[in-house]
Amino acid sequence: MIEESVLSRVLGTALRTGGDFAEVFVEDRRTAGGRLDDGRIEELTSGRDRGAGIRVVVGDTTGFAHTADLSEDGLRRAAEAAAAAARGGGGGTRTVALTRRTAPVHSTVRVAPEDVAKARKVEYLKRADDAARGAGRAITQVTARYADERRRILVANSDGLLAADDQVRTFFGVQAVAAGDTGMQTGYESTGFTIGWELIEDLDVEEFAGAAAQRALRKLQARPAPSGTLPVVINRGSGGVLFHEACGHGLEADLVGKDASVYRGRVGERVANPLVTLVDDGTMGPEWGSYSIDDEGHRAGRNVLIQDGVLTDYMWDFLRSRKEKRESSGNGRRQSYKHLPMVRMTNTFVTNGTEDPEAIIRDTAAGVYVAKLGGGQVNTATGDFVFGMVEAYMIEDGEITDPIRDANLIGNGPEVLRNIDVIGNDFGMGSPGMCGKDGQGVPVGDGNPTLRVTQLTVGGTAGA
Amino acid sequence: MPDTSTRRDLLDLATQVAGWAQGGEQVEAYVGRGRTTNVRVYEGSIEQMSVADSEGIGVRVVADGRQGFAYAGSLDESALRETLAEARDNAGFGTPDEFASVASPDGVDAADIDPWDERLASFPTERKIDLAIDLERLVRAGDPRIRGLESADYGDASGEAAIATSTGIRAWSRAGSCYLVAYSIAGEGDDTQTGYGVAVARSPEDLDVERCAREAVDRATRLLGATKPASERLTVVLEGPVTSDLLSIVSSTLSGDAVLKQRSLFADRLGEEVASPLLTLVEDPTDPAAFGAERFDDEGLATRRVPLIENGVLKGFLYNTYAGRRAGVPSTGSAARAGFKSTPGVGVRAIRLSPGDRSAAEIISSVDRGLLVTEVSGLHSGVNPVSGDFSVGASGVMIRGGELAEPAREMTIGSTIQRMLKDVVAVGNDVVWSHGDAAETTLAIADVSVSGT
Repeated sequence: MIEESVLSRVLGTALRTGGDFAEVFVEDRRTAGGRLDDGRIEELTSGRDRGAGIRVVVGDTTGFAHTADLSEDGLRRAAEAAAAAARGGGGGTRTVALTRRTAPVHSTVRVAPEDVAKARKVEYLKRADDAARGAGRAITQVTARYADERRRILVANSDGLLAADDQVRTFFGVQAVAAGDTGMQTGYESTGFTIGWELIEDLDVEEFAGAAAQRALRKLQARPAPSGTLPVVINRGSGGVLFHEACGHGLEADLVGKDASVYRGRVGERVANPLVTLVDDGTMGPEWGSYSIDDEGHRAGRNVLIQDGVLTDYMWDFLRSRKEKRESSGNGRRQSYKHLPMVRMTNTFVTNGTEDPEAIIRDTAAGVYVAKLGGGQVNTATGDFVFGMVEAYMIEDGEITDPIRDANLIGNGPEVLRNIDVIGNDFGMGSPGMCGKDGQGVPVGDGNPTLRVTQLTVGGTAGA
Repeated sequence: MPDTSTRRDLLDLATQVAGWAQGGEQVEAYVGRGRTTNVRVYEGSIEQMSVADSEGIGVRVVADGRQGFAYAGSLDESALRETLAEARDNAGFGTPDEFASVASPDGVDAADIDPWDERLASFPTERKIDLAIDLERLVRAGDPRIRGLESADYGDASGEAAIATSTGIRAWSRAGSCYLVAYSIAGEGDDTQTGYGVAVARSPEDLDVERCAREAVDRATRLLGATKPASERLTVVLEGPVTSDLLSIVSSTLSGDAVLKQRSLFADRLGEEVASPLLTLVEDPTDPAAFGAERFDDEGLATRRVPLIENGVLKGFLYNTYAGRRAGVPSTGSAARAGFKSTPGVGVRAIRLSPGDRSAAEIISSVDRGLLVTEVSGLHSGVNPVSGDFSVGASGVMIRGGELAEPAREMTIGSTIQRMLKDVVAVGNDVVWSHGDAAETTLAIADVSVSGT
């Protein structure tokens, strides 16, 4: 994207007024999307955004500037602005010799999104609409959406690092609305991977859209969710968000470093039931949160966070790991070239247990079975977190019975980790997610086998 | 930043692109340019600081009732032409819709407001840094139980946007504001609680750093010792910022687009009583006190005052050009988009409740058993604006015999949007504009399920 000699000179400019570290992050992103709503292809969109973000670190201060002007002049001006923001003192000229680094590629693209004709792309939306509407007369509205992007990044820094990545993501989602005597309900289904359009071409679109519609239809029969504390069984591939919120964010080194995490100072301690092993893995095949290098040029890693219930490590970005004189774990990510990187998760999951998932339900006298979870939110300093149920049922005498309406669950991270008493042998990854932190969104994956939490507060309205 | 010369630049640029429309097609060009400053301090010095300009264009083409859109993060001539060509190509794949259209001038004059303060552009960076440092220092010094801060930030954003269409729309507007925000951590023994303080103003001179720090200190310390309460139905008193979040969700159900597409729980209920008679809700982006105030909407039509609920009766919905044409009513000037990268949907900028006659303190003292809700979480995961199901995480302070009692946390409050609007028993006399698109007003709602132990 930009010549090495230009990058070297720009890094030299960034450090000219002193400074311990400088970095140029270049990004070229193309996006395309289509949306069907109300039976019509409402719009196709496409976009291009490219630019560079430059940061300069002086002591504990980071200066940052970005520009859409990728000429050497444009980059130099941004470098000067970043250096001024970091208010470097010192002086002298620095030269930076760059060494190109390679990293293993974890995802392959068979069908490049830009090679698929738009006319062909919109056909999938129409098929999804037909299938969802065909699922029942109560289906009153359908939205179907695809999105694909190609994001090429290049990172060069004053340690001599030079690395690049070419990241492709493809997404497909369907939302259906069903209307009945009790009002309206929604059902949603989504899939996304770091691959090309083979995702959608290999998808059984009819079954996929039908599943979204069935979810809405089933919820028409739903009764209000209970209010109070109950055992909760969480379906495979649906509960990763629980761990993302219950402890994932709390294991991000930037929050730990500011004493804003309940897990600070607890490495080596038992923080969860010994059944729990939690991993964050950016190298995990074509999963939604995978990449070759993070947005600071470091290789993605497979990082075990909790091993058999014992906290083994936090997740790190370059800045925080440099301070601790250790290696980055490859978790430095940013939303775009307009943002500074920080510690973020990739694909976060709990590994397989040994129980038969059906036996877990049979063994639960009364509780809630969550077939699908939505998003969540956590306060890392207190550990309190919420996450939403978008498809759930009552468990009565070891059987799954009536569907219940949407509600949040609330718990405290360290308590919930201790209260997981059984884990199934049916591991599965969940739906593609967007994780928000400090105003930046990045794609993340999660996964889990079926598991049970002995008590969680269910935020419904009916007596428990 | 934007003076008259850049104003002409941006509007000329948009007009130029709109002028490239070919026979039988409509073209809309939205050109935006902005500057942001962000300073984060930690332990008395700058942790990170960025100053950044950005600009871009979004082009919409409507031809034969089909709509296409493209954007680029650049205003180079070649990018403008490419973006238009791409939008035109995209339009070829849409389903024809007789109501698809860009806006046309509707004769409504824009309000005589200018949400802009020249002092923001000339305020020295050094003093912005000092504001953030002062904020952090004041929070740390505010109470011995303050253990630290997760962050203390100063930020500002100023920007201008021009919209031109081949149908004759010519609109230019600008807006600027700045803010302080602190996330505080309080501790006592093993107990940890957090809080935040926010201040928003048009110019840094008007930011009240003491008050912002005091809020961050009070919010964190008053929750110390909080426990999980028993599950029961209670009257909840929502603090202003919580009401603002709730109104923001209610506003999405009042979108004409959602109504037309049968995704609004208030469809077909115009003229009916949907809320307590105490409730009057209006969208008014022409109110200069609101930080969301703007002269034009994101299709270039004048913003205007839109009554939504009057004394509990549903009076109207919000429309952009498309939804208005389809419903057979004029646009309410409520087109909204998230910058140049998206097409105009329907959204609010400045909704507020008409104030009641009692203060927050008077409302609290009128509640025998209840809960003062000071913070909520999980709004995106626990509220379904289509079904109306409402369930959010909450923390706050119990109310007993009209007095604030022990703090409570790790609970949810649950109901439905429909019931909550009906169950409003008091509206405060406070109307405070802050960072949200809805004003902050104290609100008491009866019979809400509090879920705890």
